[in-house]
Amino acid sequence: MTSGTRRTGLEKTMKTILLVSALASLLIVLLIFIFTMKEAMPAFRELGVWKMLSGTTWRPGNGEFGILAMIAGSGLVTLGAVLIGVPLALGTAIFLSEIAPGWIVKIVRPSIELLAGIPSVVYGLFGMVVLVPLVREIPAPGNAGFGLLAASIVLAVMVLPTIANISEFAIRSVPRGYREGSLALGATKWETISRVLIPAARPGIISAVVLGLGRALGETIAMIMVIGNSVVLPAALTGNPLSIFLSRARTLTGNIAVEISYATGVHESALFATGVVLFILIMLVNSSAGFLLRRGARR
Amino acid sequence: MNKRNFSQNIAFGMFWLAGIVSVLIMAFVVGYIMVKGLPGISLDFFTTSPRGGLSGDGGIYSTIVTTFYMIVVTLVFATPLGVGTAIYLTEYSSNTDSRAMGRLVSIARFGVETLAGVPSIIFGLFGYALFVTVMNLGFSILSASLAGACLIIPVIIRTTEEALKAVPAGYREGSLALGANRWETTWKVVLPAALRGISTGILLSAGRIVSETAIFFVTLGGSYRVPRSLMSGGRTMALHVYYLAMETRAFDKAMSTAAVLVALIIIMNLAINMVTNKIAAK
Repeated sequence: MTSGTRRTGLEKTMKTILLVSALASLLIVLLIFIFTMKEAMPAFRELGVWKMLSGTTWRPGNGEFGILAMIAGSGLVTLGAVLIGVPLALGTAIFLSEIAPGWIVKIVRPSIELLAGIPSVVYGLFGMVVLVPLVREIPAPGNAGFGLLAASIVLAVMVLPTIANISEFAIRSVPRGYREGSLALGATKWETISRVLIPAARPGIISAVVLGLGRALGETIAMIMVIGNSVVLPAALTGNPLSIFLSRARTLTGNIAVEISYATGVHESALFATGVVLFILIMLVNSSAGFLLRRGARR
Repeated sequence: MNKRNFSQNIAFGMFWLAGIVSVLIMAFVVGYIMVKGLPGISLDFFTTSPRGGLSGDGGIYSTIVTTFYMIVVTLVFATPLGVGTAIYLTEYSSNTDSRAMGRLVSIARFGVETLAGVPSIIFGLFGYALFVTVMNLGFSILSASLAGACLIIPVIIRTTEEALKAVPAGYREGSLALGANRWETTWKVVLPAALRGISTGILLSAGRIVSETAIFFVTLGGSYRVPRSLMSGGRTMALHVYYLAMETRAFDKAMSTAAVLVALIIIMNLAINMVTNKIAAK
């Protein structure tokens, strides 16, 4: 009988321990949010939330802590990565799910897996050594190679696996009957893909892109290495508006990483405030991906 | 009819191109790093520590040691929590007796999903503020591992959950029918059956620690000396690449270190695929 009570006792203890560990993730998230918020409070209070968000100058020595330039930097580099990366990622996803013969899938999929595994510092190094000198060749006054274009290309490759994998899964999840029905009605394979499969997989594809956006906004090391890190509001270098991508910039993530180790006082607090803005931005993006997926699943 | 075939050919051509370009990008990045990096690698490169200074002299011995420490210590923190969470979510959440418990489970799941989306620099910032500064652990392997654990806990949870779900329900029912309780069933029947799957999760997490740079950039200090204890600072191989490229400007050494890093990641990927294929073959 005593062994019976000991067994029940162990069962109860383990259940509690497991429940506590299951709640640990939530606890960590809350701890991170509260802690970052608390450290950011002095900056928000002293400088004003709106003034920080809309300020274009970041001069810690002068007590100026506007982060608009960094918001623009993060936004533009992410936009560039999406413009370059999404067509490639979606093309690859459709290729893998509908077109490629089995033996080719066995080459392409591990390649993408490997792309996902390559450390961001290696992408950064590759960007510095290969892409930056190439971009520098584009004739424009003040083009140093380091800047939004090089960073966007690096970032596009980094988010390629995320977007390709999730979209491929979304397209593969479309019921077989959809394909068969469309083909039986005399549609070609391409018509089936473009008019049946892609519309049916759209929620999954959109959330794949949005998750890729979240990844892009959060990338740090590779961005520091190729984007130039100057705190300037990106602007076109020549008459061509596209030359804005030749401008140097700094991301929200880079701002934190580059300055946190020596910052003190309000400066340090302003970096935590940068973290809060980044955190909220990414939470919004990620939760909208979840929302789109759920809405798609309900239909 | 011809026009329809024509547009199909164009579209399929683009898809083939996308697939081929993806492979070429991988081949170019990996090939470039290997071609530029391998010539600088010798036995000395692995057995001597960086000597500091602006020429980037020396090898990567101390960074290998630090990377190893980081993997072990981070996994020690993250594995019990991650596996525990996954066990609770798959084995215990289905037979919750009350609505309040059901609530708790969905809240816990929300926590896991949110944690998985937090960018690594935020973990770094948090680790810097809490572990390095407030808890006064300094720039150390301990601080960096605690921050790094936040990054890999969701990875371990997800892979362990998948591994547990793959264990047939009959195993559990058989064990419960023989009079074992839920924990005994989990510990003696389900976990052993899921061990391979869980080990891929742990390998995957080790890979994340090897690759991670941002968190350790703000919590590990960057000393190039061999760490003596958990309270020593250090630099992982990935962090070493960063310092070599951005501060020392020793690009050849950075390339060689990056080549070692990429080779390590390829080996880890192969190991994961081997274990996964073995599971699938069973």
